[in-house]
Amino acid sequence: MAEADPAPLPLEQRRPLSPHLLIYKLSPTMVVSGGHRVSGLFLYIGTLLLAWYLLAAAGGSHSFQTASAFFGSFFGQLVLFGYTFALMLHAVGGVRHAIWDAGKGFEPEERKKLAWGSLIAAAALTILIWVAHFILR
Amino acid sequence: MKQSSLKSPLARVKSLGSARSGTMHAWRLRLTAFALLPLTFAFVVIVVSLAGRDYDSARALLGSPGPAILLILFVGAGIWHMTLGMQAIIEDYVHVEHKKLMSLIANICFSTLIGVSIIYALLRLSFT
Repeated sequence: MAEADPAPLPLEQRRPLSPHLLIYKLSPTMVVSGGHRVSGLFLYIGTLLLAWYLLAAAGGSHSFQTASAFFGSFFGQLVLFGYTFALMLHAVGGVRHAIWDAGKGFEPEERKKLAWGSLIAAAALTILIWVAHFILR
Repeated sequence: MKQSSLKSPLARVKSLGSARSGTMHAWRLRLTAFALLPLTFAFVVIVVSLAGRDYDSARALLGSPGPAILLILFVGAGIWHMTLGMQAIIEDYVHVEHKKLMSLIANICFSTLIGVSIIYALLRLSFT
């Protein structure tokens, strides 16, 4: 996505840049940081599905059947499962950011715990939601 | 304008300088994020209880005041939040000026279109 500026400034006038991402050794905090952004991106695109479902329901029984059949299919369920995990990861990631905003959790061990904690919590919440879904159905 | 730095007004308008809107961006992102925590819970409960419903019972749920109001709030806060988030992503990765501007415009147009469509659908489900 990032592209070189066709008319770059002379070197001495350029703004300072951080080293490239690939320089660093992969750490749990990097994974959840990237995961937060990628899950946000998926949720952004996922609004199309919500719009489709609700417009189909508002449209009438025929369009509702079509949308409903998609979400009930194996592929549809897979998409919804991924969407659930993205939603939970992003929500839990928001809580992690709120903790950092409060000025807490910056020690190395705490950061590591927060990173692993958010992955585990997001996975647990996703499974909980789908278990609830299969029990209540 | 009172000049508070050695930078000339020309250097300032030619992009090297703060637009002074960063604090409001950060604040709105957090405000909508906090609102979205309980609203996401409500959204998940509503979607789980929608699963497997036929047309009439799905409409009955979506058209009742509680779920409809919660979904409108969820979508309002969510669309606003995702517009701000996508703006940050674009500003991070798109550095060519005209592409950045087009991306920022496309972001606002897409979000508005989706937001208005969803709220239109929800209102129609409630009032027809």
